[in-house]
Amino acid sequence: MPEILLNASNLKVSVEDKSILKGLDITIGRGETHVIMGPNGAGKSTLAAALMGAPGYEVTEGSATLESKDLLEMNVSERARAGLFLSFQNPVEVPGISLESFLRTSLEQRTGEKVKLWDFRKKIRAVLETVGLDASYAERDLNVGFSGGEKKKAEILQLLLLKPKLAILDETDSGLDVDAVRTVSKGIEEFQNNEDASLLIITHNAAILDSLKVDKVHILIDGRIVKTGGPELISEVSEQGFVKFEGEE
Amino acid sequence: MSEEKTHVEDIDRALYDFRYEDKDAFKVEGGLSEEIVEQISREKNDPSWMRDFRLRSLEIYRRTPMPDWGPSIEGLNMDNIVTYVRPNTERMNTKWEDVPENIKNTFEKLGIPEAERKSLAGVGAQYDSELVYHNVREEVARRGVIYTDIESALHGEYADMIKEKFMKLVPPEDHKFAALHGAVWSGGSFVYVPSGVSVEIPLQSYFRLNAPGAGQFEHTLIIVDEGAYLHFIEGCSAPKYNVANLHAGCVELYVGKNATLRYSTIENWSKNMYNLNTKRATVAEGGKVEWVSGSFGSHVSYLYPMSILAGRKARAEFTGVTFAGAGQNLDTGCKIFHIAPETTSYVNTRSISKDGGISTFRSGVMIGHKAEDSKAAVSCQSLMVDDVSRSDTIPAMEVNTDKADIGHEAKIGRIPSDAVYYLMSRGISEDEARALIVSGFADNVSKELPLEYAVEMNNLIRLEMKGAIG
Repeated sequence: MPEILLNASNLKVSVEDKSILKGLDITIGRGETHVIMGPNGAGKSTLAAALMGAPGYEVTEGSATLESKDLLEMNVSERARAGLFLSFQNPVEVPGISLESFLRTSLEQRTGEKVKLWDFRKKIRAVLETVGLDASYAERDLNVGFSGGEKKKAEILQLLLLKPKLAILDETDSGLDVDAVRTVSKGIEEFQNNEDASLLIITHNAAILDSLKVDKVHILIDGRIVKTGGPELISEVSEQGFVKFEGEE
Repeated sequence: MSEEKTHVEDIDRALYDFRYEDKDAFKVEGGLSEEIVEQISREKNDPSWMRDFRLRSLEIYRRTPMPDWGPSIEGLNMDNIVTYVRPNTERMNTKWEDVPENIKNTFEKLGIPEAERKSLAGVGAQYDSELVYHNVREEVARRGVIYTDIESALHGEYADMIKEKFMKLVPPEDHKFAALHGAVWSGGSFVYVPSGVSVEIPLQSYFRLNAPGAGQFEHTLIIVDEGAYLHFIEGCSAPKYNVANLHAGCVELYVGKNATLRYSTIENWSKNMYNLNTKRATVAEGGKVEWVSGSFGSHVSYLYPMSILAGRKARAEFTGVTFAGAGQNLDTGCKIFHIAPETTSYVNTRSISKDGGISTFRSGVMIGHKAEDSKAAVSCQSLMVDDVSRSDTIPAMEVNTDKADIGHEAKIGRIPSDAVYYLMSRGISEDEARALIVSGFADNVSKELPLEYAVEMNNLIRLEMKGAIG
């Protein structure tokens, strides 16, 4: 077992007083890729949002740590600076801020150091190419007028440039066509190539996982992890759905 | 991690707040009288028609009531305002090294000489009531472009042109502060761009009010002749005092047939300033005026640049942003008069209010009965940064022909919390995220400005948003 990166224990989360996560446990080791699968409404995105500290997600019980630091004590930007990243299911459009200056500001705020304009421009161009976006997207307003697929690609671009310790991908593959899934998957693979890169991939579609190294798969049903296993669980879900896991634990 | 303070009494405006003693300068007594007006006239060596004009304006001033329809200007006591302060320099200079040290330092700190070297075709710098520096690049001057102070122009080759145009667009009868301006105006710039000449890089005049309790009444008169192009930039600032200062400038723009004039302003008066400024343009056939306006400072502002579309196919664009913080009541907008056929106007403004600031957008679009097939579109958006601030929109339209196409759109909103969360999730602090969103909101103006000015404007927004204490 590698060193523990993320540990969530007995995590209970409510949204508008409705209990969604009902005592969830998960441990991710440094350098590992975990997958969470589960039916709609099981609480997958709630887990992602609660870990990132989204407003409106109230942790009522349990703990969550990243490198033994208490995530629940931190505000959203502190969690990001501690090494957490969330690829949003619905990335937000922010008019008037270019993708490039937004990312440069993010890097500067994370490190407290100036990022040189020209060096960064070169870097972002290269990564735009990796994720299949035209170089002109650097100058465009953040996510404004991007198609669904382009938004997801831009999330992966951010992942590759910000190099977090743990990236949570919340249904990054949803709504994408086959080619886009392949491009996004290639980007994730590139992130995995970084030493110690760790991932928590939330999906209900196996296609994105085809070319990725997966260490563990968790089945999340009704606010709890009901089964944890190896990559073989992916094909089990693909073939038989979630019904067979319901009522387990 | 320490977050920056967001609620403080006033922001650190160190960049603008330095000031120098003015003990060596000449100034008139506070208040207004024939004597003072005549004294100013003598100081300035006015031609006799100008002296008469000043005295007539003073009369009009006396019988015109104070405006009672906008923000309160009760704190402005005209008996205390010093209407003329001559800086301690004999004459206008064309070399920075001839400008007195303190004054030169002021403009150095504001980055004016540097901007002149890098990106401007000419610069005028006014300190209190007088221009202390005026210079235009030789290659621009060689093409017949005149850029000088009005006083010199009154005695030069263009004296008749000035007599013909001066305060004809904005007559002293217009309102009380136009009359005041007519009586005590001093300084400002005169620009003439001859037919067919396109000035590729901008000219800039910077107005700095240094003396406490003083008024600044500069007059800007620009004539862009047929088919010519000019971008003129106006900047203004003042250090903060505890007494009221007054700015009642006047801008008159004559845009010739098929000519284009872009007039950009970044106004950053200190928060003891009453900014009661009047700006007006008349546009001939096929010509275009483009106003780009950033209003940040002042305690109270009344500012509604007017475009008169007088010739067929004349056009006007107005792009503005107004930021009202604590203690500020900024009433801004624009007026467009369509009086010729096929004229078009487009108004796109953003207003931001914070910490109890009041921002009012006021526009008037009039389409005359002869302005058939004209188009007018007004879009105004407001952003209230918190619950204690106020934002109002007062758009008026008067349409006197049924053959016109008009549109109006208004939106009032707050900083979207999902955007703040999204930016924070990348490691950006909450304050910075909010500042980014607000400067993004104002990008209608920043993307119209030359880069250096866009950067300055974004810095101003950051200062206002973060309220970092000095």
